Amino acid sequence: MYDFAYHRPKSVADAVALLKGKEEARPMSGGMTLIPTLKQRLAKPSDVVDLGGVKELAGIKVEGGNVVIGAMTKHGDVATSADVKAHIPALADLAGHIGDPQVRNRGTIGGSVANADPAADYPAAVVALNATVTTNTGKHAADGFFKGLFETALGEGEIITSISFPKPEKAAYMKFPNPASRYAMVGVFVAKTASGVRVAVTGAGPSVFRVKAMEEALSKNFSSDAIKDIKVPATDLNSDIHGSAEYRAHLVGVMARRAVDKANK
Amino acid sequence: MAKLHVSTTINGEPQEFLCDAEQSMLDVLRGPLGLTGAKEGCGTGDCGACTITLNGRIVCSCLMLAAEAEGQEIGTIEGMAGEELHPLQQKFLESAALQCGICTPGVLMAAKALLEKNPDPTEHEVRFWLAGNLCRCTGYDKIIRAVMDTAADMRAAR
Repeated sequence: MYDFAYHRPKSVADAVALLKGKEEARPMSGGMTLIPTLKQRLAKPSDVVDLGGVKELAGIKVEGGNVVIGAMTKHGDVATSADVKAHIPALADLAGHIGDPQVRNRGTIGGSVANADPAADYPAAVVALNATVTTNTGKHAADGFFKGLFETALGEGEIITSISFPKPEKAAYMKFPNPASRYAMVGVFVAKTASGVRVAVTGAGPSVFRVKAMEEALSKNFSSDAIKDIKVPATDLNSDIHGSAEYRAHLVGVMARRAVDKANK
Repeated sequence: MAKLHVSTTINGEPQEFLCDAEQSMLDVLRGPLGLTGAKEGCGTGDCGACTITLNGRIVCSCLMLAAEAEGQEIGTIEGMAGEELHPLQQKFLESAALQCGICTPGVLMAAKALLEKNPDPTEHEVRFWLAGNLCRCTGYDKIIRAVMDTAADMRAAR
């Protein structure tokens, strides 16, 4: 690691103040991506602003029809939360299958969403459940939040404070995990809501994306049969040592059908 | 840059240390604090050989900045045995659930955390819980069996 100044603010306001005006300052949530990146000297921040001491950022509450999860809430806490299990069990299930226990005890939902790793699980839930991302400066709708590879709509010095997930009628997440890292080679989150069905895919492309053809078919008939002939083009999908673009395109269909079956159980 | 002063608790005892911002908890444990039970396998959070507890929850100490320990409670393998070995340690010895031993401290920390949460885990649950601890020698079967056997012994002893 290169040398940097370490800060541990106690409030969002202090954290934002520390980030302000420093071009190379980086916020740190659980550090599960940032610390390895620093160790490999792929980043050289002047300052690391550790959000771990900001108590107001962690916690889960139910507000009306929404489950609101603080940005610094750890995956393990989302996975075991009675509120999340009761209202959006698919989200608890997703969180419980991120990485391994050591990662789930440190990694946070806000960090995962802000990092926008193409193979991260949470972006699929954010988009499929049509969540709202709240920051210190405002709110972002799920559609349009993820801009591309590790790229989001967040501005300089903007910190996610919480993510609000509307409760769906039915939902499920299925992923084909990389057997070593448990990152999603392909993960599909399917949600049936009052305003229709949403299907979001992570791991397959540079960023999470929706499959409109599946959404339309499932809105008419919420069964895996309804999407059995829908193919996703391999163009622009990820191709690496773990799988080709064609293989990932095929997995999107398989995972989507399994997710629908799981949601219907 | 100036050293950071950290006050923490390690295995129940108050502990202070000085560190650089870029030092990991594992660096400080194994270096200045002389607690060499936690091992550095990969250094990237994949292998779990550096597993410690942070406020009772298992984490990879290689992916934790030492400065983050301020005001927190750290547990290491050195705190696992009391007057006698912990039943898991004893069982690992008896059933030879280790070969080279590099992964063992991390596996024991993770297994202990599991049994505290779930005294009667299924084999599937043990495997799922130990997913963050890699062993390149034993092929896991002895480890999983040792954890299951310890759980059974501990239930019987209650």
